[in-house]
Amino acid sequence: MVNGINLALQFLDSFAFIVLAAAGLAIIFGIMGVINLAHGEFILIGAYTATLAVTQLGLPLVVAMVAGGLVTGLFGILTERVIISGAWPNWVSQRTLGRDIIEPLYDRLADSMVATFGLSLILTQGTRIAYGNSIDGLSTPFGPIEYGAFSYSTYRIVLAGVSIGLLVATYYLFTRTDFGMRARATIQDKETAQAMGVNTERMYMLTFGIGSALAGLTGALFAPVVTMRPTLGDQFLVESFVAVVVGGPSVVLGTALSGGVLGAILAVFSNLYGTFIGRIALLVAALVALRFLPDGITGFIEQLRKRRQESE
Amino acid sequence: MSRPSVSRRQFLGASGAALVTGLAGCSAGEGGTSTDTASSAETLKIGVLEDQSGNFALVGDPKAKASMLAIEEINANGGIDGKQIETFQRDPQSDNQRYQELTRTAINEENVDALWAGYSSATREAIRPIIDRNEQLYFYTTQYEGGVCDEFTFAVGPTARQQLGIVLPYLVEEFGPDIYTIAADYNFGQLSADWVKVLANENDANVLGEEFIPLSESSFGSTINRIQEADPDFVMSMLVGANHTSFYEQKASAGLDIPIGTSTAMAQGYEHRRLDAPAMANIYAGVNYMEEVPTESNTGDGGFVDRYFEMYPDAPYLNEEAETNYFSTYMYKKAVEQAGTTEQPEVIDALESGIELGTEEAPEAPEGETIRLDGATHHVDHHMWIMRADEEHNVEAVENRQIPETFLSETAGCNLPENPEQTQYTPVDYYEEAE
Repeated sequence: MVNGINLALQFLDSFAFIVLAAAGLAIIFGIMGVINLAHGEFILIGAYTATLAVTQLGLPLVVAMVAGGLVTGLFGILTERVIISGAWPNWVSQRTLGRDIIEPLYDRLADSMVATFGLSLILTQGTRIAYGNSIDGLSTPFGPIEYGAFSYSTYRIVLAGVSIGLLVATYYLFTRTDFGMRARATIQDKETAQAMGVNTERMYMLTFGIGSALAGLTGALFAPVVTMRPTLGDQFLVESFVAVVVGGPSVVLGTALSGGVLGAILAVFSNLYGTFIGRIALLVAALVALRFLPDGITGFIEQLRKRRQESE
Repeated sequence: MSRPSVSRRQFLGASGAALVTGLAGCSAGEGGTSTDTASSAETLKIGVLEDQSGNFALVGDPKAKASMLAIEEINANGGIDGKQIETFQRDPQSDNQRYQELTRTAINEENVDALWAGYSSATREAIRPIIDRNEQLYFYTTQYEGGVCDEFTFAVGPTARQQLGIVLPYLVEEFGPDIYTIAADYNFGQLSADWVKVLANENDANVLGEEFIPLSESSFGSTINRIQEADPDFVMSMLVGANHTSFYEQKASAGLDIPIGTSTAMAQGYEHRRLDAPAMANIYAGVNYMEEVPTESNTGDGGFVDRYFEMYPDAPYLNEEAETNYFSTYMYKKAVEQAGTTEQPEVIDALESGIELGTEEAPEAPEGETIRLDGATHHVDHHMWIMRADEEHNVEAVENRQIPETFLSETAGCNLPENPEQTQYTPVDYYEEAE
């Protein structure tokens, strides 16, 4: 027998997990055309920063979580300047060799995958060397809520609220602000945007920083519920990639829709038939989506809209 | 509860650049290769392949360390029969293919006299064909599902029948007969779940439901709901690995307040030290060893725990498998001295004669009492403990007794000296209720 509240809470849980796991990745991929295979390790940095801030520095949890996002954002900017755009190595090489030594990785999918995969290996092993195979974890705040024979973690419900808040904030940032307008201009037509006076280099840097900060915040938010270890990023990677691919080109709407659809599938199947079947159902759904909606959900919506405009 | 000093880590953790700084130590990360001994004919060589990185690093690293402790102690006391021990130690990185390569290297190029290798059952099964083809004396030291009857393998960790066999009857008596099983979805978990069914039948209990969870899974919301729906008296958990550790944190925060019996949690990955209380409250581990086992040769002055942390001050915990690596090295020493040679067939004969270790005459088995290697099955009659964690994660022993490995000897009829074979028996072949 299926309990409706269980299912609803499970859906919220899956939705929050998918949306939070995918948000940073979607922004970096959608806007820069860079596939960040180190996404899981950016989440790792956020989780470790938040945890260490609480256990070593004694900061309050909320402050530690914000710190997790900020540190990861700064690390993202560093990554973008050094590896993705190569701006800093080129600055040095211009002065010593008189030429650039690094080509930016924007819109070079395969190349960006290899570079960021290397970065992910370095980060995982670097974490292991610096902090060992595990660090002490945080306990989950807020305790459970109870209903009938069941109970559920309140913190998980809070996470769902936070994920929706983040989606709204990201939507606002990219559609209602000056920065968002310049960022979208950069995606649509880089040259024209440059001609209109948009500093596209800076847009890329900031976008990567924002995407990284979101990944770090995700890690910080999940720090109290996952085990602290150097490979913790792995568990987010599959969901995040599936969500981005199923979501399609529109960053915010795509992430929200695929979080909704995939979260529902995951919740229903894992509640009815167990975790294993839930996971299978998720991957089958991704397969079907890719086969029939190669541009993802928002790509399909875009197509429909175009067709309607043509028929009018 | 003493914690190791973290000053170096604090220093490294001071800035975000710590991760990059840590890379400088990269080359030093490769495990040391040989102990510092004179290379002469008067040496013997032991192979130690244990995970110091990868998915099983947390539980595998103490195994490698404990092996080195035993070897250093033996060397300091004059070696085995006057021979100093050399080691061939590598980190297979929790990668079964690397295990296979390193096992071949250990046997064919390094000519090791005995080999200790592998954490998971999947690893053991990946290298066992190589071991058998080369007729290599091999010690597998992890607690496991049981059933390996192999003339060259000495599976000296406790089996599911021993671990679950002490904890399950106790929980049935304390809390009631209704059980819900959750287990990792690979051979260890599946076979352990079968053992829960067999033991439930023997103890007039019943299994209300079971769920197998992929090793990569770390979200347990639906599992927790399903347990609540089934409403058992207690849960048997054979979850494995770092991802599954999240279950305990999540069930605590979801308010699932139910006793849990386990053969995997706490003793191996020291969850009671790593997780914040009360995630592990009311968890009952059926184990042969934990750092907290209250025997004189373990926690006493200058005991196993003291010696281990003197050699490895930064080590986080001394786990179940570390003790198995430790005492089996001494069992090997005893066997070589009894055989008077390092020739492997003779050493295997000596091991099969029934080597014993114990707290009375020999302090090399910190788990307590006399433990005996059963020559017929190559398994150990372990001293088993039920260790319970309370709300503050203090661990206490609630029951202990010696439990022989009976599945192979009594049920499957494994008798290796008489009938050499290389089989893994499973409970499904012998018990209807396991099907």
